[in-house]
Amino acid sequence: MTALSPEEWQVLLLSLKVSGVAMAAILPIAFALAWVLARWRFPGKVLLDALVHLPLVLPPVVTGWLLLIAFGPAGPLGRFFAEGFGLTFIFRWTGAALAAAVMALPLMVRAMRLSIEAVDRRLESAARSLGAGRWRTFATITLPLAMPGVLAGLVLGLARSIGEFGATITFASNIPGETQTLPLAIYSALQMPGSEWQVTRLAVLSILVSLAALVASEWLARRSGSRYGQAGAAHHAL
Amino acid sequence: MPFDLAIALKRGKLRLDYAFRTEKGGLTALFGPSGAGKTSLLDAIAGLARPSAGHILVQDTILFDKARRIDLRPEQRRCGYVFQDLRLFPHRSVRDNLLYGWRLAPPAQRWMDLDTALGFLGIGHLLDRSPATLSGGEAQRVAIGRALLSGPRFLLMDEPLASVDAERREEILTVIERIRDELALPILYVSHDRAEVDRLADRVIDIPARG
Repeated sequence: MTALSPEEWQVLLLSLKVSGVAMAAILPIAFALAWVLARWRFPGKVLLDALVHLPLVLPPVVTGWLLLIAFGPAGPLGRFFAEGFGLTFIFRWTGAALAAAVMALPLMVRAMRLSIEAVDRRLESAARSLGAGRWRTFATITLPLAMPGVLAGLVLGLARSIGEFGATITFASNIPGETQTLPLAIYSALQMPGSEWQVTRLAVLSILVSLAALVASEWLARRSGSRYGQAGAAHHAL
Repeated sequence: MPFDLAIALKRGKLRLDYAFRTEKGGLTALFGPSGAGKTSLLDAIAGLARPSAGHILVQDTILFDKARRIDLRPEQRRCGYVFQDLRLFPHRSVRDNLLYGWRLAPPAQRWMDLDTALGFLGIGHLLDRSPATLSGGEAQRVAIGRALLSGPRFLLMDEPLASVDAERREEILTVIERIRDELALPILYVSHDRAEVDRLADRVIDIPARG
């Protein structure tokens, strides 16, 4: 009795979709924020730093409530996305993805910022003097050297988003087939008497997904790190 | 005129003034004690530091002129900068380090190809190595090769013997003499070693101690 039931498949695929979309959407934003925090100096930087870290220190249910206020039908961002892009979040899988992305953001920014700060800027000036413009220097020197940290951030974020519960259930609710990801499905199963077997199966599924993400990240880190001496330095620093 | 320069650099509250001209090419040594600001001067010529005033002309091309608001970006200055700390790219092989600037240069600006550079510097056997595995002398020759291959109009060399152990000094000195004698390339050479300067330099510009 190992084959997944249609309901379990639905939960698994929805979880992967929510986390995958959350990562794809938040990765460029996380990197840009990490870049700004690592490289720029401006008034209000402490404030931006604190804001980015908020989802890490707030109770997730509070983050979910804040998302509800901002991205709800009456919220300023909610109206902006609804009117501008026809995109709504409440009670929809997009809301689950948004919650997962916001909760993953601080971990991703932290890892990426460290790795950007660790890049030796003297190497960038060497590239400039050899004829590379800013963008080429970024693409050929800075980004490859920061890559282990970027991957580490991606994995941390992915793990966080797969496990996201509090902000999701507050903001997007717990709707089977729409916003019910693995943790929410386990929670629902736990509410029903006599569902121990179902809970066990979902928990094992959840462990397998996390393990797969971990193995994939190790593989990626090795691949990107083996090309030079500082193999995944930022990766292991975490 | 190979080098025609008069600039002011700010270092903290200190203002450092530099001015010199060279009438002929060859190797011009900037000689002075550590901390005199010799590296800052090279950085300014390379476009990696911005002077607060003055002008920099190399081979009659204006690289920087405060009054005329000219400030070429580092990648436009075509200078072969051999850094004191070498700055080889750790994530790239020796081959990719050597060809980094060469690939970026328009074909018409390249005046040396990889094979010539390898023979010239004796580093053909290092191509597939990672910079981290090179000895000081090997890394120094790769750094010089990388600068030459980028098709520069002039060379800046910052204490190129600093990271080389005593036994390899002669080897690097010979390479520098060959660059001086065989390539028609003006060289600015920073050093704090009198003997080195006496041996290599066609002319010496003293950079006095500051502060």
